[in-house]
Amino acid sequence: MFGVLFEQTADGQRYIDWLLSGLGWTLALAFFGWWIAFAVGLVVGISRTVHNPIVAVLARLYVEIFRNIPVLVQMFLWYFVLPEVLPTSLGNAVKQIPPPWGSFFPALVCLGLYTASRVAEQVRAGIEALPTGQSEAAQALGLTPYQTYRFIIVPQALRLIVPSLTSEVMGIYKNTSVALTIGLLELTAQARQISEATFQTFTAFGAATLIYLALALIAYQVMAAIDKAVRIPGTTPAKGAIEPSLKDDLEQVGTLPDAIEVMK
Amino acid sequence: MNSLDFSIVVQAWPYLWLGLVFSLALTAAAFLIGMILGTLFALVQHFEVPVAGRLVRAYIALIRSIPLILVLFWFFFLVPIVLGHLSGTGRPVPIGANWTAFITFGLFEAAYYSEIIRVGLRAVNRGQFEACQALALSTFHTYRCVILPQVLRVASPIILSQTIILFQDTSLVYVLSLTDLLGAASKLAQLNGRLVEMYVVVALVYLGISSAASQWVASLRKRYAMAGTRR
Repeated sequence: MFGVLFEQTADGQRYIDWLLSGLGWTLALAFFGWWIAFAVGLVVGISRTVHNPIVAVLARLYVEIFRNIPVLVQMFLWYFVLPEVLPTSLGNAVKQIPPPWGSFFPALVCLGLYTASRVAEQVRAGIEALPTGQSEAAQALGLTPYQTYRFIIVPQALRLIVPSLTSEVMGIYKNTSVALTIGLLELTAQARQISEATFQTFTAFGAATLIYLALALIAYQVMAAIDKAVRIPGTTPAKGAIEPSLKDDLEQVGTLPDAIEVMK
Repeated sequence: MNSLDFSIVVQAWPYLWLGLVFSLALTAAAFLIGMILGTLFALVQHFEVPVAGRLVRAYIALIRSIPLILVLFWFFFLVPIVLGHLSGTGRPVPIGANWTAFITFGLFEAAYYSEIIRVGLRAVNRGQFEACQALALSTFHTYRCVILPQVLRVASPIILSQTIILFQDTSLVYVLSLTDLLGAASKLAQLNGRLVEMYVVVALVYLGISSAASQWVASLRKRYAMAGTRR
């Protein structure tokens, strides 16, 4: 069935090389995008819980804006609109980034900042799930607010939210496919190209589907291992004292912003 | 940077409006199909129906592991073939991009709604089932009149949040060249070259609708949370 993948293409490669190059872009986007999302999401999520009203409002605004515009529209804003609204010289410089980087960077920024808004909500939920006694005890010990967050609140909150971050990881690797709309030849785009070149639609999409499934499984296993390693002893995941498995993850009503509430 | 001219959007509004209506219609249809099928899927798993339960589980796991765009490509390729087989002729039945979009989104969302409802089913207190048994209700009546109404009520904020995500996801029909809100804007932008104005306005429309809906869902959730504590 997959024999056609090893046939020669017009440009002297094999079709499987197209798929692998697509996989490379997908992985690069998901991996680097995730670190942007995690870093920005952590800062924004913490900001949503601080007492300074200006910081809290700005963080809320960030989440509202980035969560309520479709990823595809955000992709277009970064790719088409940003170079036009920048000062002319800078805009032209952006437009002249050679492909595929000219598509890759907007897609990276877009996915990173979009996912950050979702990570921020998880971080906030994690912080709010901690008993107030934690920060009160920190205060009683004379820790500054910064130290309280740095040593008491954030480490515990992050350990709590690993299961819900799993669905965000899954989300970002799936959303990488949106980058095909701005011309990045990632996995889905390559599958479509192969389908158009060979008319073997079933094979082309089937191969891409299998790769995505494998990625989902790997992402899941990695996150489960992290969860196991950092889980706070004595706290069981809200779903009950079952060993994490793919089944449990699917039960988390994955990509919802209120995943944590679902579990209660 | 060219000077911005948002008056172009006023002229374009009737066309954009048609696009928005399509987006909303697609959302509504996918919501209906998705909820009906999703409830069915959830019940099939809940009752652990042999074979069907496993099939549904595999379908949901698969749909949730691959990107929506790939699902769209799959269905656009498969639906005419499957319909051909169903109609007995064996030849692919072309039904047009619009119809396929409705079917695809309905089947896709069913996977997500069914997960929400299934979690909801597991969260129902056992006493409810026991009370139904004590009242000699049939299984059908137990679920129809007692269990499902509670599940839907408790899960409604999550179901609605998912529907907001669905509304945003409908923009992906762009890859099939359909004229939803974003598709309309991009077609106009190609004609008049006003990319910036078009995409900014589209972003604002999505932002307005989605955040208004999110606020409403949040207030709903608060109300239900309070109703919960009174028990």
